[in-house]
Amino acid sequence: MTKRERNWLLLLPGGAWFLIMLVLPLTVVFIFSFGERGDAGGYVPAFTLEQYANLPARLTAFENTMILAPIGTLISMLIAYPLAYQLAVNTSRKWKTVLLVLVIVPFWTSILIRSYAWIYILGGQGIPNLLEMLGIEGVRLIYTPFAVLIGIIYGYLPLMVFPIYVSLDRLDKRLLEASSDLGAKPFATFMQVTLPLSVPGIATGCMLVFILLMGEFLIPALLGGGKVFFVGNALVDLFLQSRNWAYGSAVAVTLIVIMLVTVTVYMRLISRLNTQRDDVSIM
Amino acid sequence: MKPEDYISKRKFMEELRRYQKGSVSRRHFLGVTGLGAAAVVLGAAMPGLRTTPARAATDIGDRVVLATWPNYHDPKNFEIFTEQTGAFTQVNVFGSNEEMLAKLQAGGSGWDVFVPTNYTITTYVSEDLIEPLDLSKLPNYEAGAFDPRFSDAGIVDGTVYAVPKNWGTTGFAVNTSHTGGKEMASWKDFWDRTMDDFSGRTMVHDYQLTTIGNALKYFGYSFNSVDPKELADAEELLLKVKPHLFAISSDYQPAMRSGDAWMTMCWTGDGKQLNSDIPEIQYVLGKEGGELWSDYYAIPKGAPHREAAYALINFLIDPEVNAREVLAHGYPVADSRTNALLPKEILEDPILYPAQELLDALEFGAAATLTDPNRAELLARFKSA
Repeated sequence: MTKRERNWLLLLPGGAWFLIMLVLPLTVVFIFSFGERGDAGGYVPAFTLEQYANLPARLTAFENTMILAPIGTLISMLIAYPLAYQLAVNTSRKWKTVLLVLVIVPFWTSILIRSYAWIYILGGQGIPNLLEMLGIEGVRLIYTPFAVLIGIIYGYLPLMVFPIYVSLDRLDKRLLEASSDLGAKPFATFMQVTLPLSVPGIATGCMLVFILLMGEFLIPALLGGGKVFFVGNALVDLFLQSRNWAYGSAVAVTLIVIMLVTVTVYMRLISRLNTQRDDVSIM
Repeated sequence: MKPEDYISKRKFMEELRRYQKGSVSRRHFLGVTGLGAAAVVLGAAMPGLRTTPARAATDIGDRVVLATWPNYHDPKNFEIFTEQTGAFTQVNVFGSNEEMLAKLQAGGSGWDVFVPTNYTITTYVSEDLIEPLDLSKLPNYEAGAFDPRFSDAGIVDGTVYAVPKNWGTTGFAVNTSHTGGKEMASWKDFWDRTMDDFSGRTMVHDYQLTTIGNALKYFGYSFNSVDPKELADAEELLLKVKPHLFAISSDYQPAMRSGDAWMTMCWTGDGKQLNSDIPEIQYVLGKEGGELWSDYYAIPKGAPHREAAYALINFLIDPEVNAREVLAHGYPVADSRTNALLPKEILEDPILYPAQELLDALEFGAAATLTDPNRAELLARFKSA
C-alpha cells in the first residue's frame, strides 16, 4: 500500500459519511425546492420558481430568527466571558474541575425537559407570581420573545463558555507579567493583552452558538407558545403539518444560503482582525 | 413458593436491561422480577402479597407503539396490558391529524397503532398508508354494537380499516371567574372577547381543522369551507386575533389549570377533565356550530409490531377496559356494550352528551380540509406571522 493509497483509505469513512449524510440530502432538498406540493401533500417533480416567489410569506420567521439569534449570541457572550475569565484566570486547580463540571451538568438532562422547567418558572405560577407578592402585577413572561431569548441563552451558554475558557486558560501568563512590568494598569493589560488573545475563543463560541440558534426550533416552540416563530419552526410546520415539501425545501435552501453568507463574512472579519493584530505586534 | 413464581437469573437480567432501556415501567420491572414483592416481604408490611409474573399468552413481542392525542387514555390500562401480554405500550402524543399524516407520508414512523379522526381515513386509504383490519384478530369488535354515525367512517368501500374509539365535540372551555357574569355561548363571543377583555388569555389549537373552522363560524360559514374568499375572511380574523392569543397549542390543559389561560378551544374530554377538577371552567359549544367528530383505532401499513397492534386494539375495545378509559378521559363512546357498564351520571353528563339543538348545528370534518393546500398554508402563515 502506497502512502497515497493509505491516505485515501483513511479519508474514506469521513468522506462517505459526508457524501451520504450531507451532500446527498442537501442535493435532494435543492431539487425539491423547484418542485410542487402533491395533492395530499409531499412532493411532485416540477420545475418552477413558485416556491421561492412565495418566500415573503415567511418573512416574520426569518426576521425573528435574524434578530433573536444574534441578540442571543451577543448576550451569551457577555455572560460567558466573565464566567470563563474567572474560571481560567482566578480559580485554583482544584476548584476548576469542579466548576467546569458544573457548567456541563445541565447537558446531562435533555433540553426538552429543561425547557419544560422554564415553562413553569416563567409561567403565571413562577416568577410573575413572585413579582406579584412584591407588588409588581401583570407581568407576562411565558410565550413571549423574551421567554424565547431566556431559553436560548440558557440552553447554549455552556457552548459559549468552553471555547472562551480554553483560549483564556492557554494564555501565556508571562505576557500579563510583562505587561504589568512595563507599567500597564490591570485594565489596560486586559484590553491590550488578554482580550485580543482570547478573540479566537470568542469567535469560535459565537459561531457555534449562532449557527445552532439559526436552526433552533425546540425552544421557540416550547417557550414561544407557537407565537414566536423561528425559521426552524416554519420548516417543522411545512414538513410535519402542512406537508408542503417543495416550499419547505425552498425555505431550507434560503436559510442555508443566509447562513453561508453570514458565516463567510464573519470569518473574513475575524481573520482580518487577527492579521491587524499580528501587524501591530510585529511593529 | 410455586414454581411459576421463580424467575431465572437470565430472565432477571433481561428484565433489568429492559427496565434500564426504559422499555418497561418501574412497576412492571418490580412486578416481574419479584423485587417489588421481596421489598414488601422485607418490609413485613403485607406478607401475603404476591405478584404474578408476566406470562405472554401468545408471543407478541415486548412493545407496541401508539400514536394518539393528549389526555386520551387511562395509564392504568396500559399497565394491565403489559401484565397480561408482556408488551409495553409506548405512547406518542400528537396535536393534529395533519401531523400524523405527515409522519406516515414521510415513512418510518415506527407506529403500530394510531388514532385517526373520521375525516382522514379515506385519505389514508387512497394514499395506501393504512392496513385493512383482519377482524379475526379483533374478537372484541362487534360491528352491531356501535352507533353507525360514529363507526361508518372506519369502513371504506366495504372494508373495515379502523374501529371506533370515541366521539365528541369541539367547543371551548372558559374560566367563568373571569367572564364578569356575561354569558359565553358562541364562537362570536369567543373571538370578540379574545380581542377584548380576554386579551393574552386565550388559546387556540395548533390544528387547521378546528382553528380555521371555528374562525369560519365567526362569519357563519361552513366549518369545512375551502372557498378561497371565505378562507381569506377567516385568515384576516386570525391575524387580527393573533396578538391577543396566549398561545397556539393543542395541549392546553396545563395553562388552563395554572390560570395562565382563561379560555381555550377544547375537546369534550378535556372539557370534562377540566370541569371536574375546576368547576369554574365550563365547556361551551358555539351556538353557530362547530365540529362533531369520531376517532378510530387503526394500524398503519408496515407496522413493526403488527401482532401487538392487534392485541392492543382488541384489549382497548374490550367493553370493561373501554369503560375504564371513559371514566379516566371523559369522552363518550359509540359502543352500546361499554355504555351499559357506565354509571348514569356519565351517560347524562351535559358535557359528554350536549343538548340536541347544539349537536344539530355541528358538522363532521370533511376529507377535503385535510388535503386542501390553502387551509394547510393558511394555518402555517397564521403561525409564522
